[in-house]
Amino acid sequence: MTKRIQWLLAFLVAAVIAGCNKPGGGDTIKVGEYASLTGKEATFGVSSHEGTLMAIEEINAAGGVLGKKLELLTEDTQSKPGEPATVVNKLIARDGVVAVLGEVASSRSLEAAPICQQNKVPMISPSSTNPKVTQVGDFIFRVCFIDPFQGTVMANFATKTLKARKVAVFTDVKSDYSKGLAQFFKESFTKSGGQIVSELDFNGGDKDFKAQLTAIKGANPDAIFVPGYYTDAALICIQAKQLGLNVPLMGGDGWESEKLVEIGKDAVEGHYFSTHYHPDVGSEKSKKFVENYKKRWNGKNPDALAACGYDSALVLVDAMKRAGSSDGTKVREAIAATKDFDAVTGRLTINEQRDATKSAVILQVKGGKFAYLETVSP
Amino acid sequence: MAEILQQLVNGLALGAIYALIALGYTMVYGVLRFINFAHGDVFMLGAFAGYFFAPMVNRFLPAQSYLNGAIVLVFAMIVCALIGMLIEFLAYRPLRNRPKLIVLITAIGVSLFIEYTGQHRAVFGAAPRSFPELIPTVTWKLGGFVISTNQVIVFVTTVLLLVALTFIVQKTKIGTAMRAVSFNEKAATLMGINVNFIISFTFGLGSALAAAAGILFAMNYASIDPLMGVQTGLKAFVAAVFGGIGNLPGAALGGVLLGLIETMAGGIPAISPYRDGIAFAILILILLFRPAGLLGKLQPEKV
Repeated sequence: MTKRIQWLLAFLVAAVIAGCNKPGGGDTIKVGEYASLTGKEATFGVSSHEGTLMAIEEINAAGGVLGKKLELLTEDTQSKPGEPATVVNKLIARDGVVAVLGEVASSRSLEAAPICQQNKVPMISPSSTNPKVTQVGDFIFRVCFIDPFQGTVMANFATKTLKARKVAVFTDVKSDYSKGLAQFFKESFTKSGGQIVSELDFNGGDKDFKAQLTAIKGANPDAIFVPGYYTDAALICIQAKQLGLNVPLMGGDGWESEKLVEIGKDAVEGHYFSTHYHPDVGSEKSKKFVENYKKRWNGKNPDALAACGYDSALVLVDAMKRAGSSDGTKVREAIAATKDFDAVTGRLTINEQRDATKSAVILQVKGGKFAYLETVSP
Repeated sequence: MAEILQQLVNGLALGAIYALIALGYTMVYGVLRFINFAHGDVFMLGAFAGYFFAPMVNRFLPAQSYLNGAIVLVFAMIVCALIGMLIEFLAYRPLRNRPKLIVLITAIGVSLFIEYTGQHRAVFGAAPRSFPELIPTVTWKLGGFVISTNQVIVFVTTVLLLVALTFIVQKTKIGTAMRAVSFNEKAATLMGINVNFIISFTFGLGSALAAAAGILFAMNYASIDPLMGVQTGLKAFVAAVFGGIGNLPGAALGGVLLGLIETMAGGIPAISPYRDGIAFAILILILLFRPAGLLGKLQPEKV
């Protein structure tokens, strides 16, 4: 019996060693991606992945980078805590990827970032907006704006456009993204003379929000800020409507998903949220992206997360070209030096905090579609 | 005042759903002395059965109507009753005479199996789905206080099911047999009761109630996903322990109380993040001060 176990162990060790690839070895450059392809925030992961994959395919079609083709290895985080650490460890240790792209949700990016930092593998998050993500270390970047900016944008929108004086804030305590965005919104909104009349919390994944919404209704706000993700936001809109809470609801980029309308139906109609990009506005590059995306993904319209996913891959490849190498430290230097890069979501410069300085757009749900309202520059 | 009244309605609607699920936990505990942890997932399957069956009913009865809703409800209850019996037959019956711990661990395994099979792309997929509106929704506004048809239906259906259950358990032959099995399985066998059949029936009955809870939950909260039974199931389990596990009126009472407490807690700003934790804090307190629950009787374990 023990003999058999020994054989088994020997076999396993051999298999693990055989499976290890040295970074840069072989005739492809391996790039890792982790995304929430299934689960609660599945449409985020899928959109982001479709954008990223399309970028990699286009680059390979144009001859690849550094004379090699890129190989995108994608892992699913199932929208669950714990998974990102497991899959990113696997990507780095077993697959030997030279860089990692992902995630959309800040909590999950925060989980994988320390692993990338320790292994000196550059990580670019396409659309995690919580400031803490890039504070993990100098190998962590993002190609989107951060929540202090997004919070200010929505606070200004509430005071100027909605003319709201009293706002209630309804936060998802399970999500770093939601907590951060709520805090920055509150700071900006009170600074501009507004009043936060009610602050309540929920746990992402809850189905019943009526208890909290009833309390919010009692505080009589002019508008409600819900910095959550689309599944929760849709249910909150439905239940607010059921309770006769007829004030505008506002959210951040976490709202952007066709599922918001699919679940929320007419209850999400007329509400507002801020995000990174809208296909209606943008450069020639953006028009080309929309066209190719529709072709590649059977007529599907790209959303902001698809565009951010696409940009994350472009920024990485641009850095590899400038570095002339796929070595982690050299690529890191090159990403940090990215300046005025022509991305789909606009001109992109990586600042000293390794965040992108970019403008935001505000959208409104109208007739089941996301209609463009305005662009806000930093 | 309107706010407190509103919270009362919110809490009762949620509590009624917990009560229906809690009854299943408590009935199974009554006859088999173990916790069927897969029960919360049967609740989820009930909601999905309704989701897939509703469009078929719509083909024959195009308009939303109460009849529509009732047909979907009954269908989901039958499907889940069969699933419940199947789970018992496949997973628990072969282990009937093993230590209870083994059955308990198997139950957790069954629960995980259903959850993760459900999340597979080819089955339901992990993304939440929007539940179709089965009946025309009307909301009544009385001052600051709002009540909708869905909430009224939750109360009415729950009360009807509770009355039906009490009737089955107290007045029918099969109910008497259930009570006999729960009292003493061996003696019941000696009296000529087919214990296997009774246990199967208990699983079917409990699962049907869970399916009803699933449909009511989905009607009220509009979105369903393969993991919806995890948290709700756990809370219903707490409700069953709260009321006194093995005791039917206790499970109903525990469910309603838990729904009310949770809703009240959710409405208080500083406490709202701990809303879910409160259910489990109550469980700990109950186990400390009244190990048998509110209505339960303490039965010393024979060594």
